[in-house]
Amino acid sequence: MTGSGPGKTTYREAMRAAIREAMLADERVFLMGEDVGRYGGCFAVSLGLLEEFGPERIRDTPLSESAFVGAGIGAAIGGMRPIVEIMTVNFSLLALDQIMNNAATLLHMSGGQFSVPLVIRMTTGAGRQVAAQHSHSLEGWYTHIPGLRIVAPATLEDARGMLWTALADPDPVLIFEHGSLYNMAGVLAPDAGAVDIDSAVIRRPGTDVTLITYGGTLGKALDAAEALAGEQIQAEVIDLRTLRPLDDETVMASVRRTHRAVIVDEGWRSGSLAAEVSARIMEQAFYDLDAPVERVCSAEVPMPYPRHLEEAALPQVPAIVEAARQAVG
Amino acid sequence: MTPEQARQMIKDILREIAPDCDPDTLPGDADLRDSLELDSLDFLNFVEELAQRSGRRIDEDDYPKLATLASGAAFLAGS
Amino acid sequence: MPALGADMEQGTLVEWLVKPGDQIHKGDIIAVVDTDKSAIEVESFHTGTVEALITPVGETVPVGTVLATITETEAEPARPGAAEAGRPGAVEAGRPGAVEAGVPAAMGAPAAAAAGPAAMGAGPAAVEAGRPAAAGAPKGKRAPGKRAPGRARPGRTPAPAGPAAPVHSTPLVRHEAGQLGVDLAAVHGTGRGGTITRADVEYAAASRRVRATPLARRLAAELGVDLGTVTGTGTGGAVREADVRRAAAAGAPAAQQPPAQPPAAAAAAGQAPHAGEAGRPATAGRAGTAGRAESMRQAIARLMARSKREIPHYYVTNTVDMGTAMSWLRERNRRLEVSQRLVPAALLLRATALAARQVPELNGYWGEDHFVPGPAVHLGVAISLRGGGLITPAIHHADDLAPGELMAKLRDLVNRARAGRLRSSEMTDATITVTNLGDQGVESVTGVIYPPQVALVGFGKIVERPWAVNGLLGIRPVVVTTLAADHRATDGYTGGRFLTAIAQLLQRPEEL
Repeated sequence: MTGSGPGKTTYREAMRAAIREAMLADERVFLMGEDVGRYGGCFAVSLGLLEEFGPERIRDTPLSESAFVGAGIGAAIGGMRPIVEIMTVNFSLLALDQIMNNAATLLHMSGGQFSVPLVIRMTTGAGRQVAAQHSHSLEGWYTHIPGLRIVAPATLEDARGMLWTALADPDPVLIFEHGSLYNMAGVLAPDAGAVDIDSAVIRRPGTDVTLITYGGTLGKALDAAEALAGEQIQAEVIDLRTLRPLDDETVMASVRRTHRAVIVDEGWRSGSLAAEVSARIMEQAFYDLDAPVERVCSAEVPMPYPRHLEEAALPQVPAIVEAARQAVG
Repeated sequence: MTPEQARQMIKDILREIAPDCDPDTLPGDADLRDSLELDSLDFLNFVEELAQRSGRRIDEDDYPKLATLASGAAFLAGS
Repeated sequence: MPALGADMEQGTLVEWLVKPGDQIHKGDIIAVVDTDKSAIEVESFHTGTVEALITPVGETVPVGTVLATITETEAEPARPGAAEAGRPGAVEAGRPGAVEAGVPAAMGAPAAAAAGPAAMGAGPAAVEAGRPAAAGAPKGKRAPGKRAPGRARPGRTPAPAGPAAPVHSTPLVRHEAGQLGVDLAAVHGTGRGGTITRADVEYAAASRRVRATPLARRLAAELGVDLGTVTGTGTGGAVREADVRRAAAAGAPAAQQPPAQPPAAAAAAGQAPHAGEAGRPATAGRAGTAGRAESMRQAIARLMARSKREIPHYYVTNTVDMGTAMSWLRERNRRLEVSQRLVPAALLLRATALAARQVPELNGYWGEDHFVPGPAVHLGVAISLRGGGLITPAIHHADDLAPGELMAKLRDLVNRARAGRLRSSEMTDATITVTNLGDQGVESVTGVIYPPQVALVGFGKIVERPWAVNGLLGIRPVVVTTLAADHRATDGYTGGRFLTAIAQLLQRPEEL
């Protein structure tokens, strides 16, 4: 179940460990979703958990997102701590009414009588040639909705530690896991545990330009920073971690130091999360900007199927580097 | 306009047109064009400015009356 | 670095008025250069985008040195009725590729040899690289919508001007706008009927924004740097943090007072020569007047000596009856506001310009060993500067200007000459010059030709003299006209024809 060697693990394994730990610690916690039980999860995150915890707590659901998300909401209202796994964000659209009009709003509509301590995990993103209907990055959309918390773990620590904090939250939390991260391998401290879900973190310090990103594109941003260092441009890389609410303070403090910003977002550019961050930078750090804020987003097309076209449509390292160069001038 | 105000106005304008000269040192009956070395364009600028600031109509036939500080002031202050 | 006079050998770059990335049109003023005589505004000979500024502010360089590089673009197609119709030598189609803005020296300056294949001998500075001698119909493309200042023919357009020429403004205002680089289409007119006044143009020029990043702007305010003086290196010439810091380190001038009041609030501006436009830092034209007068004297001395040394002068004289002209003038002025009145000089200049058109052998330049006709009649006018010194800027196309227009141009030229705000094309384009008009009392003026021109016209003071009128003795106002001409280019017969032409033109002032 673990990667080879002491502390060596993968993102997938870290997430599994998180679920396991939560279920061991709190009997109200259970997992439900399509193929999470017998199959071990579409992305093998819940592999072996059915054997350990049984069918009551690792529940395979019918192929109906609206139904099982609704059931999860009901369970949460009823006092449980469900982890609902929607196979991918693409299918969450079928449960959008449940998420937006029930999970996000029951606390308000009940005048505070009912909270919905629900955690929904979804896989997101493109890059595996699954084409137009299965390649969306819609976490940006979800950040539009008051009543929800949105987080995007991009590192092993966050994959291991965000779930516990999310489960402890009395209100709905959506965890977006980029499909390309599951195989990410690395070393995790043996005592790695819960982490906060309130703050953005500087993954790489720099002085000349701030690269702001989250989730699946963090790796590319870090690669871009490395390339830029070769051109004497020291880029600071921020991992947003929490997309709603955004940690403005960390972002602005960085932009005030570097005076230039590039936002990398796998969503489509128009109406994207990058647009929101850019607007906030303009509002809060206008007088510190020495160049317009740049955005590197996906091309505004339905995601192509052929590999070379898909790659061309997604934010890539050269584009991030070029945007940073533009900003620095 | 009193003669004194007219005289002051003339001197102010002359100072702008011929900044290197001091109109205060001019005798009241000295010929302005000669003393200040004003050519025909300078004089035209002078007349134009005078007409604008005083609000008086100044015809070409009136030019001789603007030959000196004294006569110019009298002309402007007059009816 | 253009040659702004036949004797100029070097110039100092005082101010850049454009930044890399700026779009400029032929005729736009792009820099201010200090010569021995005064600060001159340098116009661009090309339309395109400023690529890089090579010579830094404050540096003195020889004539011919590259000052900046410009990437040329095509000149815009003419709008219907654009003023340049039919004028020979209109702007030709642009050429791709970068072009140097340092115009090859012209007017026979010592660096003429460096002009390369573009110059035709000691041709006029109006030469643009590759343009053959003018004459004939304009080629291909016409001039861009924004007319080059000084080349405009206000009030004479045959058809109603298109969007390029604003309707509600006077020629002088349009001239001012061109000089300040203000687009009249964007100016709000506060005059009667929405007319754009001079004050409107000046206000528009003063409140123009500098393109700068928010950080640069804040920094400039904190460090007391005037953003308008900083050369920007950002996109589109935007001023950035690094530019401001550099300027602050170099001790840039402190920020100016807030821009001019809107015209409605300001008192009427005086007509006296003003020391530069609102919002612009004063040029070196005002500073060091003593030193300037001295070096100007030396420059004049050199030029006069050279003229006498190289040019075999001959002289002809004629006395002209000015009776008809003066009465016509008096009648006309009686009906006009002071600002519209003509001085006799306007008639004399007009007659000279028309005579130059009639006798083209006197309108042009002496090349290596032959006469080169001028592209048009650009009348040089000798203007004496207070405090000593003489300057001879040109009125372009003087033969196309009615006396009223010529008068307006003359006044504007004199005012700007005395304020030190002349433009390079005015300094270099004269094809024939008229000496200091005899206001100061001498009856006859005979002068020294300004090389490489071939003629100098003189007018004395208009005086009352006994005259034979219809067989009877009468008193008439008369003026002595003189011509000093280059004997290599013409003979006395031609000179005589020229003066006779002037005399005849002055007998029919209503046709001038």
